Amino acid sequence: MLRRYVAPILLGAFMGLPAVADEVTTFTLENGLEAVVIEDHRAPVVTHMLWYRVGSADEEAGTSGIAHFLEHLMFKGTDMLAPGEFSATVEAQGGNDNAFTSWDFTAYFQRVAADRLELMMKMEANRMRGLILSEEDVRTERGVILEERNQRTDSDPGALFGEQRRAAQYMNHRYGVPIIGWRHEIEDLSREDALAFYQKYYAPNNAILIVAGDVDPEQVKALAETYYGPIAPTPGLTERLRPAEPPQLAERRLKMTDPRVAQPYVIRTYIAPERNPGDQAQAAALTYLAELLGGNGTTSVLAKALQFGEGAKAVYTSAFYDGTSLDLSNFGFAIVPVPGVSLQEAEDAMDGVIASFLEEGVDPAAFERLKRQLRADEIYARDDVDGLARRYGQALTSGLTVADVQDWATVLQAVTPEDVMNAARAVLDRNKAVTGWLMREEAGQ
Amino acid sequence: MKMLRYAIVALLALSAPLRAELPIQEVKSPGGLTAWLIEDHGIPFTALEIRFAGGTSLDPPDQRGVVNLMTALIEEGAGDLDAQGFAEARDDLAANFGFGAGIDSVSVSAQFLTENRDQAMALLRSALINPRFDAAAVERVRGQVLANIDSDAKDPGSIAARSFDRAAFGTHAYGSSGDGTAQSVAGLSRADIVAAHKGALSRDRIFVAAAGDITAEDLGKLLDDLLGDLPATGTPLPARADWGLKGGVTVIDFPSPNSLVRFGHIGIKRDDPEFFAAFILNEILGGGRFTARLMTEVRDKRGLTYGISSYLAPMDHAELMLGQFSSANDKVGEAIDIVASEWARMREEGVTAEELAATKTYLTGSYPLRFDGNGPIARILVGMQMEGLPIDYAQTRNAKIEAVTQADVLRVAQRLLQPDALHFTVVGQPEGVVSKP
Repeated sequence: MLRRYVAPILLGAFMGLPAVADEVTTFTLENGLEAVVIEDHRAPVVTHMLWYRVGSADEEAGTSGIAHFLEHLMFKGTDMLAPGEFSATVEAQGGNDNAFTSWDFTAYFQRVAADRLELMMKMEANRMRGLILSEEDVRTERGVILEERNQRTDSDPGALFGEQRRAAQYMNHRYGVPIIGWRHEIEDLSREDALAFYQKYYAPNNAILIVAGDVDPEQVKALAETYYGPIAPTPGLTERLRPAEPPQLAERRLKMTDPRVAQPYVIRTYIAPERNPGDQAQAAALTYLAELLGGNGTTSVLAKALQFGEGAKAVYTSAFYDGTSLDLSNFGFAIVPVPGVSLQEAEDAMDGVIASFLEEGVDPAAFERLKRQLRADEIYARDDVDGLARRYGQALTSGLTVADVQDWATVLQAVTPEDVMNAARAVLDRNKAVTGWLMREEAGQ
Repeated sequence: MKMLRYAIVALLALSAPLRAELPIQEVKSPGGLTAWLIEDHGIPFTALEIRFAGGTSLDPPDQRGVVNLMTALIEEGAGDLDAQGFAEARDDLAANFGFGAGIDSVSVSAQFLTENRDQAMALLRSALINPRFDAAAVERVRGQVLANIDSDAKDPGSIAARSFDRAAFGTHAYGSSGDGTAQSVAGLSRADIVAAHKGALSRDRIFVAAAGDITAEDLGKLLDDLLGDLPATGTPLPARADWGLKGGVTVIDFPSPNSLVRFGHIGIKRDDPEFFAAFILNEILGGGRFTARLMTEVRDKRGLTYGISSYLAPMDHAELMLGQFSSANDKVGEAIDIVASEWARMREEGVTAEELAATKTYLTGSYPLRFDGNGPIARILVGMQMEGLPIDYAQTRNAKIEAVTQADVLRVAQRLLQPDALHFTVVGQPEGVVSKP
């Protein structure tokens, strides 16, 4: 059954703008595959995405990196396609394809002319069950992901430090383990590990199909029934219950030095609630909190207090929060001091600003300005249908529903300054945080 | 499963490549400014892209970094608004402005709602025409630029680019970073910045494109209001940059498990009659896609890197063919050898008929897919003008790709690819790789 949502994005009250519609249709196949179709007929283009409800946080202990490794191996051959043929076929159609893995999802996409959708679906459906891996494929691709880790993590002190910080933040949950995996565990990942993970999780009842662009939902449904419909579901897939975090009772602190550090900084992240189905209000308030405190390099509370004037302590400050997560998220601050200001002084200054904010509350003008910007963002977002597709994919693999995605703009508009302050008081507790100092290794130390 | 495979081939043969037929209008303002426009009234906002030719290449030799610092200050106070007042006014309108200083141009990007277009453009105008360059803002932004320069000094990609460019172009602006050095940036005065603003943002070097919810008539008026009061002329553009880098290897020690490699030699002009053949040649050799030769040989077959690509860089005053990858220190030597041998093989053999056919299908099929939103369309239209392309280019571009033959590619390979002239700059602690000559 097709369900069509034409959700007006509530712009009427803002400067007399007409309501714009987000044209979204959903359906579910008998084998459990959920589908979302987002129409945008401005250009003859389609993005075909398949999202699996499995990410690195679903891995078994000792096999870190297997979700991401399998994502790479999915471009090897199947019972229908030779190794490399998938991408070569997409490219021969003038399209592009790729994939990405996170803690909560693994997603594959192709972007092609709208009339090539059927071929994409045929190939993606085939690779859901038809993967064939040789030992040689596994060996060379393991080399590639070790290179990826070298390039993206081991060559970057900020990335290494981020891994350490997350490991300290999550004591029990797999969010504390890097998506790409720990090097010593990547080195031991085998063909059998990859196939076991594949067979368990790559199934229609664990997948979400997202088709965005110049398409007709009825036609997409017919194609999905043809290609994804015959695939048998994996029986016995249970709810994604990961090990929960115990209560954090003590402040956690880290210091790391590295000769490659150019700009020493302080970063602090607090455990924070995420968006939950039908319950997104606190996450919405935290979204405001991050924007107000450090979302703007000129007018945010931290920037105004620490980056301006004679005694400016910081060259850069920020606050950040992403509520789209299956389990507990985090809320963070970062500060890069000006030369001559120590990390201790910078951290103290940052804590001073946070303390004043908790006393003084939200500046009403800044709050209203942000509220208007969040509303206008919905207009600008419609220019990027790929971005909309990712928004749905990420939300649906994080336990949210289509209705939650469509309600989000309304939930954001309903936030009050009091909600923001309540969320701030609930979350900004150093006993529920990790504070890290990344330092330059000085000569002679 | 053979049948399925045949089915795919059949579908391939049936689908004709899309043609990009774009309703681009040339808009002439009453005051004589020109812009390209694609109207689309589906979403109530406009994307506007402006480019001023010159960019950081206009820096006086003793003021390296001044155009970059000036550009970073455009949004830091204008008219009767200081930096915070300006940001608040912009955010009140929910408009987005971006300013960037590139080696050949200063870019201005704006997205604004139809509802408050006039106010958003009045604000942008004040930034372009009347920036304040307040002393406090200058010192604050100077600190940010110095922090970037510090970070670049520890970043392998930036270290490689600096070394490569210096060796290639010497004292020409292309030979150094447009950010300047810690010393040159520290020495810039407010007067230098004001002069850079006058010299870099003028009407004789301007390119404009818009896409979205605006009519040609409204855009014409907007152009005059927004840009009409800029100076008529600016700083003369620099001379051509002479190439001084010879083939070989430069190793720069850097503590990392990986070595980053930047490689390249002289490239080809954008208006060269053989440009399309060279473009196809590069796509097959080192296009970033999984099927390109370098990606296949270095990544897929041997697992020596996460990614490798090459590209043509036709700039305003010089042309380069460049590439980049990184590999573990104990594998980078093997990867460099493979790049060199693929360079030589391509020069000798050219491309196969299959490679040429597949690449043409990719390039012609992917071209129309780029035009998918107001933001991307405005960026493409302004880029076409910067490259001196005609307004109907999108209609003829795919035919030019189709016309390239195997012989054309071989001929341009033998002209362009010079294995002996290829220089590798290696930042890391590579095993068995040393500087030469």
